[in-house]
Amino acid sequence: MKSKISLAFKNCKKENRTALITYTVAGDNTKNNSLKILKAISKHADILELGFPHNTPIADGGQIQESSYRALKNGIKLEDVFQIVKRFKNIQPNKPLILMGYFNLIYQHGEDNFLKNCKKSGVDGLIIVDLPWPENKKFARKCKKKSINFIQLISPTTSHNRMKKIVRDSHDMIYYISMLSTTGGKLKVSPRKILKNYNKIKKINSKKNLVIGFGITNKTINSLKSANGLVVGSMLCKTISNSLKKGQNPVTKLDKVVYNLKNKIL
Amino acid sequence: MMQIKKGIPFIDQHNKEYLYGGKFGGNFIPETLKKPIDDLTKLFSKLRKNKNFLKERDYYFKNYIGSPTPFIKLENLTKHVGGAQIYAKVVSEANGGAHKIYNATVHCLIAKKAGKKFIVGDTGAGYAGKMLSMAAKKFNLKCKIFMGAKDIKRQRPNVEAMKKNGAVIVPVKTGSQTLVDAVSECMRYWVSNCDTTHMCVGSTVGPNIFVKICAWSTSQISRELIVQLKEEFGKIPKKIKLINCVGGGSSAMGFWNEFIDTDAEFYGVEAGGPKKSKLHAAPLSNGSKIGILHGAAQYVVQDKEGQIGSTESISAGLDYPGISPLHCFLKDTKRAIYTSVNDEEALNAYRLVSKLENISPSLEPSHAFAEAIKFAPKLKRSDVIVVNSCGDSLKDKDIIKSRLGYYIR
Repeated sequence: MKSKISLAFKNCKKENRTALITYTVAGDNTKNNSLKILKAISKHADILELGFPHNTPIADGGQIQESSYRALKNGIKLEDVFQIVKRFKNIQPNKPLILMGYFNLIYQHGEDNFLKNCKKSGVDGLIIVDLPWPENKKFARKCKKKSINFIQLISPTTSHNRMKKIVRDSHDMIYYISMLSTTGGKLKVSPRKILKNYNKIKKINSKKNLVIGFGITNKTINSLKSANGLVVGSMLCKTISNSLKKGQNPVTKLDKVVYNLKNKIL
Repeated sequence: MMQIKKGIPFIDQHNKEYLYGGKFGGNFIPETLKKPIDDLTKLFSKLRKNKNFLKERDYYFKNYIGSPTPFIKLENLTKHVGGAQIYAKVVSEANGGAHKIYNATVHCLIAKKAGKKFIVGDTGAGYAGKMLSMAAKKFNLKCKIFMGAKDIKRQRPNVEAMKKNGAVIVPVKTGSQTLVDAVSECMRYWVSNCDTTHMCVGSTVGPNIFVKICAWSTSQISRELIVQLKEEFGKIPKKIKLINCVGGGSSAMGFWNEFIDTDAEFYGVEAGGPKKSKLHAAPLSNGSKIGILHGAAQYVVQDKEGQIGSTESISAGLDYPGISPLHCFLKDTKRAIYTSVNDEEALNAYRLVSKLENISPSLEPSHAFAEAIKFAPKLKRSDVIVVNSCGDSLKDKDIIKSRLGYYIR
């Protein structure tokens, strides 16, 4: 059976467009609001990434850090994250949802226990920022057994040889990091160059769904829309921060922003 | 059972995944850092076998850092406390005033070999930053130092020194605004700039290669001490006790490294924090669980969920929730014993040593002296204790004055 992640890409290909992938942090700005946000933006996005926050995020820039700290300050626990996923999946069972975070939370929760809870709540995939290949081989196999997608990352520093091995061990989706940066950095590489690297990876195995993330905003998204998928994260976190500062409702605000992003890539 | 192998350098006793004892250390890093870390690992393994590089290192250790640092008997303290003979390895006599100069110098030499023009580093007490800025100036590298905003306030003298050396200081205002956040922010910076910039991690923490380079550098301390012990006693005294403070663990690793295969006893002293506080920085002696921090598996102060815990210590240099994977390995193999002393005991030890002797330890080694003062009376006169006095109190002048009302040196 095809995974929901695969199906989402298949649908997008049918419509001849890139998949829109969003990233928001579970519990930002409250548990309820983060669920409402998922519900609202799932009308426009094809795949949802949901961050489970960590207080020492070594690869995240200011925007996602702010969202993570806000969620943690509101007392978000892994248990709540699974609860949010479950409640979302009750309404939207076919919308793929990917959890994203750092390995220590999984390590403390217990790998098997974590995957059991993922399965129970309906998580479709995992991105673990600090568990690179080949260190992730064992865990990725465990994920596969549970029919959970383990999403491998490739960056501009990844050698061609290593790329081949990572692609070989990947599941339905691969994440290409557009540039040397933490999340939320300004796009400092030209879209042409990013797509050139993107095509190098596609050449290894064109069947793998390859998405690009880091530095993607409403300003840059159009220039990369030939990719299988594009991830927007920091811009959404920033939208939440700004709407809170201005006393606006983050849910309606985010709904609008993601709607606009979608229109940019149609 | 976890075991230390004889005859193999301690820093090399990891498996293919760079884990010591199969569970400590490793490289839990974002994909972007895989290649720069790989490159650095290859370069360092080449350099440490290269005779010219070793010659260069020894040249700078001798003529720039000032090796060997003194080894002295603390006659007055020994008399005052009673029991064992107390000695000090006065590493604070090294250029810059602390052991951090070894790691900083080696990193600058490596950065030069790698053709990098920029170097970045983290700092807590400010010593790692001060030394890196000094060495960077010496070797003509542009230097950026990440330091917690709280530490910038409490370690002013070192901040001034960094500025004088021309380093850019980046205040880190996230989280607890101390060392843990400085290391995170420095790693983030490196993720974004790893193509042009060399990173120096200030202690034996972080991804494996940084643990290795740091311990390899500070090991100069134990190399010198072995010679000095033989000069003083004719041989290494039986069951000699080597007492060292541990924060990240770089000075202790350097103090012990060459003694691993001897019967010397190792005592590591962690920061217990304020007397009545539950916020300690003592993952080894306070029953913390293994977790992942800054790219390595280690005992780390954290909550059930895996969120890294807050710590508190009068000494900025020890105020870190994690600990070197090497020390985790030493603890679990029972090769070293770890204890903690609180802020008040450390202050008291500072006061006593500074009053009685010609040295004045900073608040970090004062933790080790506090342990020595507690420990010595329980021992015989024939027993020998050596404390690594790895930093000078001058940087702590403000803190000491505000706590004791006076400062002596």
